[in-house]
This record gives sequence, structure tokens and C-alpha cells, in this order.
Amino acid sequence: MSGLLKSSIGRKVAMALSGLFLVVFLTQHFVINSTAVIAPDTFNAWSHFMGTNPLVQFVLQPILIFGVVFHFVMGFVLELQNRKARPVGYVEYKGSANAPWTSRNMILSGITILAFLGLHFYDFWIPEMIHKYVEFAPEDPTRYYAETVHKFESPVRVGLYVISFVFLALHLWHGFASTFQSVGFNNSYSKALSKFAKVWSVAIPVGFILIAVYLHFNQIPH
Amino acid sequence: MKLTLKVWRQKNATAKGQLVTYTIDGIDGDMSFLEMMDMLNNKLINEGDAPVTFDHDCREGICGSCSMFINGEAHGPDRLVTTCQLHMRKFKDGDTITIEPFRAAGFPVIKDLMVDRSAFDRIQHAGGFISVNTSGNTQDANSIPIEKENADNAFAAATCIGCGACVASCKNSSAMLFVGAKVSQFALLPQGEVEATNRVLNMVKQMDEEGFGNCTNTGACEVECPKGISLENIARMNREYLAASLEG
Repeated sequence: MSGLLKSSIGRKVAMALSGLFLVVFLTQHFVINSTAVIAPDTFNAWSHFMGTNPLVQFVLQPILIFGVVFHFVMGFVLELQNRKARPVGYVEYKGSANAPWTSRNMILSGITILAFLGLHFYDFWIPEMIHKYVEFAPEDPTRYYAETVHKFESPVRVGLYVISFVFLALHLWHGFASTFQSVGFNNSYSKALSKFAKVWSVAIPVGFILIAVYLHFNQIPH
Repeated sequence: MKLTLKVWRQKNATAKGQLVTYTIDGIDGDMSFLEMMDMLNNKLINEGDAPVTFDHDCREGICGSCSMFINGEAHGPDRLVTTCQLHMRKFKDGDTITIEPFRAAGFPVIKDLMVDRSAFDRIQHAGGFISVNTSGNTQDANSIPIEKENADNAFAAATCIGCGACVASCKNSSAMLFVGAKVSQFALLPQGEVEATNRVLNMVKQMDEEGFGNCTNTGACEVECPKGISLENIARMNREYLAASLEG
């Protein structure tokens, strides 16, 4: 048991489980974001709850940050190991003949998502932390919707978000479905689950794109 | 047909190798790829050059010796065949064919197209066996009833010839399809249950020590495997390994 995380299979399972955890997080993030389009008051209420509830702030948020950091650090560690496993490369290597682009470029899509996370933290998380824990500004439960809408005023920012969500979809297209194989679940049920994972992997990022574009075209006065 | 061959030539394990271009004429579509290589070697010998070193043995697709990486794919462009079963009719007159050795830290090049695949032997030695009393009291295997599905899956896993195409094809040089097959062929049978825990732990440990990469489920191994070994074997190994780790 102690050597599990040092073994190739243990690390693969850890990547899969941390990935699944992030899939669950993305789902709840999407559900909350979608209320910005459907019902701004609900968006404000849920955002206020997520931003002020001690359990969310001081238990779930650190777990989430750990999950994200673990996933990308382990991803880099495995990538470096894999590169070391073929010190002399092929002159001609036809990767497209036997594996889809998404599965062969997880590190590329992953790095793009990581870069996006930097922008996303700059846009939302860091200002929130400063607002709450540095400036100790008085809490206004109705501020979230307007602040979010204004973030999507710039077409460049919306463009960057759209590109990032496309890469998120590419990453999830391979990552989500392959978690079942990684944890040893490969049978007729897992094949159905994989199909669900593929649909989810496109639906959620497309949903995020639609929300960002909708907010861009439905600006409210400052 | 007339072909241009770009063949990896490397004097020994430490020498720096390179692709060397040869032209060869008179290739018949019914020839196997290895027969074409034989023709090339005859030509080289007649011209006073050193022949190209490559592994081969049975030449009927069951020994797992031949190991060339042809035009960017292990065992060439055909599916479910080894290099010795690859026919030259898969190529056209005037084609250029690039021929390289299998590449992986676990498969160091010995010379030209020949690589050292003894890492697979060491993985097998670590657990790819069952301990059976051979003093005369051995139970007849046919007297042990086994579910048809398990028997079929065990047999399918056991068809792995250990050629290493999985490692060669995988972008990570992972050996998990090979090890998965070798774990599965015993995991599915009652004879393999006794040593199941130690088998999977020891074989995976040896696999990691040999310097093979990590599996990222690209599925390239399954596509390029000349015996069609399924990815289900990797999933089974993962299950076995997790169960064994929690038990151990």
C-alpha cells in the first residue's frame, strides 16, 4: 500500500481519481454559471453562498486547490518519466495511425488549461481573495452578477476563454472517458459510461462558451 | 518493384547510428518483408558491405522475434501481423520505406535493427508463472472446470508473443499491454490464484524498474499489436494491482 503512489499504476489511478474529482467540480461550476443566464438573482445567491460559506471556503476550496495542483504536478512528473522512457526518438513516427490526437496531446491541452487557470484566477479568484481577506470589504450579496458580466466586456478576454474551453473539451474528450480504464473498469457498462463521458466532455465546455458569449453580448451599465 | 530503403545502421550499442539509403529492385509483392530484407542483405554481402542485423526466427508470426519499426509503425502498416507476415504487396513501386529499430529505454539497440528485449524476460521471471508440483501428482488441467468466457479470455491474453510492438508504438514506451496480458492469462484461471497477489506486484515493480513509461490510455498498443491483445487486459491488471496493493 505504501508504494502505491510510486508505482506506474498507482500514479495512473491517482491521475484518474483527481481528474474525476475535477470533473465533478466542473459540473457544479457549470450549474452555478448557467444561472447567470437563466436567473441572475439565483446566480447572486449561489455565488454569495459559495463565497461566504465557511465549509466551502476553508474545507472544500483547499481540497479543490490540492486536487488541481496534484493533477497538474503529477501530469508533469509522468510526462517527464515518459520522455525519459524513449531517450532516442524515431525519425518517422506515425502517431496518428493508431491513436487520436487528443490522447497524444494531453500535456499540450493540459498546459493550455493551466495557463487559462492563471488568467481565470487573475480575473476572479485573486480579486475575491483580496476583497474578502485583505480589504475585508463589506459583503454585498448582489454584487456577483454585475461583476461577472463586466469581466466579459472585452472581446479579447472572451476569445481567450473560448479558446481555453475548446482545449478543455479536447483534454476531457480523452481524459474523462479513460479514467474508467485507469481504475480497472473496462466492460460493457464502462463502454456506455465512456459514451456519456464523451458527450459530457463536449457539452460542458460548449456550455461555458455559450455563457461567456451570452454575457459579452448582454452587458449591463457599470 | 523498385524501392528506396532508409535503414537504421548502428555498429553497436554505444555507436551513434544513422539512416542509410539503399535502392533495391526486383521485389515481388508476394515476398514477405523479411525476404525483402534478405535480398537487401545478399546484395550488401555481394557488394562487400556488412549485412543489416535484424531479429527473426519462426517467420510465421508466432515467435515474436521480428521487431522492425516500418514507416513509423511497429511491424509496418498492416494490422494483426508481425513483420515476417507483412507482404510487400502493401507497398508500391517507387516507394521509400523507413526502417528503424524499436525505440525504448527498456529496449536498447544492440546493432542496426536488433534490440535487447530481455527486459520482458525479467518481467516474466518476476511473476509470469505458476508453481506446480511436477513430481507426478500434478492435477490434470482438463479436470478443472473453467468458465468458457474466462478460458477464452485467458487464451486470448496468452496469445501475446512478447514482440514488444506495444512498447515500440506507445508514445510513452509503456509495457502495460504486455504485462497486462501476462498477468491476465493467469488471473483468469484457478491455477493462477495462489500467487495472484505477488505476481502482479512483482511484475509491475519489475516493469517500472526496467524504465518503461506510463500508460496514458492512448490505445496505440492495442491497434499495433500483431495478436490483437485487448486493452481489457490492462484494466484487469490495474484492478489486480489495486486489490493486491490494498491487500499487501
